[in-house]
Amino acid sequence: MNPRVQSAAILKNNLQSLLFVLPAVLIFCIFYIYPFLNMIFLSFHEWWGIGPMHFIGLQNYTEIMSDGLWWDAIIHAGYITLIALTFQNALAFALALACDRDIRMGQFYRVVFFIPPVLSEVVVGLMGNWILNPGLQEGQHIGLLNHFLSISGFPHLVHNWLGDPSTALTTIAVVHSWKGFGWGFIMLLVGLQTIDKQLYEAARVDGAGAWKIFTNITLPMMLPVILVVMVLTILGSMQVFILILSMVNQGLVNHTDVPVTGILTSMIGHGRFGYACAQAVIFGMILVGVAFIMKKLSDKVKQA
Amino acid sequence: MKINKFIVFGLTKLTLIHILLMSVAVTCLLPIFWMVRCAFMSNETIFTDKALIPQQLELGNFVIAWTQGYFAVYLLNSVIYTVCVVTGIVLIASLAAFAFSRLKFPGRKVLFYMFMAAMLIPLPGSFVALVVLMNKLHLINTRMGYILCMINVGLSMSILLLKTYFDRIPHDLEDAARIDGCGKIGIWWHVALPLARPAIAVIVVFNSLTVWNEYILATLLLGDSQLMPLQRGLMVFQGANSTDYPVLMAGLTMAAIPVILIYIAMQKHIVKVFSSGEVTG
Repeated sequence: MNPRVQSAAILKNNLQSLLFVLPAVLIFCIFYIYPFLNMIFLSFHEWWGIGPMHFIGLQNYTEIMSDGLWWDAIIHAGYITLIALTFQNALAFALALACDRDIRMGQFYRVVFFIPPVLSEVVVGLMGNWILNPGLQEGQHIGLLNHFLSISGFPHLVHNWLGDPSTALTTIAVVHSWKGFGWGFIMLLVGLQTIDKQLYEAARVDGAGAWKIFTNITLPMMLPVILVVMVLTILGSMQVFILILSMVNQGLVNHTDVPVTGILTSMIGHGRFGYACAQAVIFGMILVGVAFIMKKLSDKVKQA
Repeated sequence: MKINKFIVFGLTKLTLIHILLMSVAVTCLLPIFWMVRCAFMSNETIFTDKALIPQQLELGNFVIAWTQGYFAVYLLNSVIYTVCVVTGIVLIASLAAFAFSRLKFPGRKVLFYMFMAAMLIPLPGSFVALVVLMNKLHLINTRMGYILCMINVGLSMSILLLKTYFDRIPHDLEDAARIDGCGKIGIWWHVALPLARPAIAVIVVFNSLTVWNEYILATLLLGDSQLMPLQRGLMVFQGANSTDYPVLMAGLTMAAIPVILIYIAMQKHIVKVFSSGEVTG
């Protein structure tokens, strides 16, 4: 074949193939790459959303460094993440261990535990807000939780859970864990099911107790899955905000702020687009850093 | 007597396990049940009547939510967005995944890793730049703008899932189709898509949940109440009628029940994603 005809055929073939990925690449460049680069660009500017932009170098970033509310927000998100990492993941692991056997209604539990994760944060938040309602009407507690506490003999525990700054964040973290533990449960359960049951048998024959089997077989074999669940928990919990928006309406301005609500406030509340972008960049870098450390850790575990 | 001791110990352990599982299951279901129950109460009884099954069931809240609370509009919008976004994702992602898996062209690897990198890098607050962009493109407050943004959200994960699936289709099938005169598009449509039905089912379920439950972009991009989806509508309704709990609960029920039913119907597909290790790995 004539080399020119041949190369024309290859070119045509390549162009045809590129047409397959073109829609995806176009959407991706317009709605992901461009906003991503623009966010970095805007973070070096002072801009109110309209009107002229002023290049101010690193001023937004230096302002963030001394922005106490911003670092409070990071600490709040860290606190929620800590509760999710410990309480939520321990619960998920315990439930997965309990379901990793032929147990009556096992299928029912598997279905039920994953119902909260499929609900939206808005639904969970507004539902939580109603159940935690602190009000009293005709001597009766309106909210289900306080009502339940008062009739089951713990009237001293009745509390304005979301209204009191000292309990609001913990309450949010518990609701967040309620919504999220199903993810960890399913992933850990699938991981447990890949462990060869003969290993347990062999250990039992050798006279190992339940605790020894758990620490010497289950935990080491599960470590990679546990690390993945931890990374996803951290990334998910640090970025929680819709739940907070729908659970506490305005009441507690700074006590329940998290980074993403802080970005929203800078953008909508104050109209400072440049500052909001700088906050987003810093927060993104923190998350990437955490994910990177966890990745290194899991690589080390896999090697060992 | 040793055996008896073991049996007693085993039974106690099993009972404790069941108590743990049962109490968590109740904690999961009770709030949802309470929400549905409160949707059937009136504004007079909702604050004081605490019976699990109230004596009087009120259907009016759903009618009020449907007619005066704009929930008919919100629900229709949510259905429109979900159908459009999911259809778009399935078509666009399967075309791209097919090319990444089966076709050879320059830049194939680079483009594929670009999509994968996007999945790994968390972008909190990317909505700020997205709002700026949509303003520039005059796509703010349009259905089209919201749909395109949401297609982008689900694209990377769907491409990855489909590519791993396409990689497993034997080459013989492709060759047979080619001999029968199928072009690339023909192979994609007649061979790859039908064979990838299980993967497509997973993509449809996951992206439907994402779109149906999405809130923040809907809030920032859609200001017109005629265009709002359910999640946004719920917040608007709550902001405007913060004490009309029965109607709010009716709205929440309408938002939550379809999701729960679809989840239970498609439950096997969802668990499959985890067991295949494509999300976890």
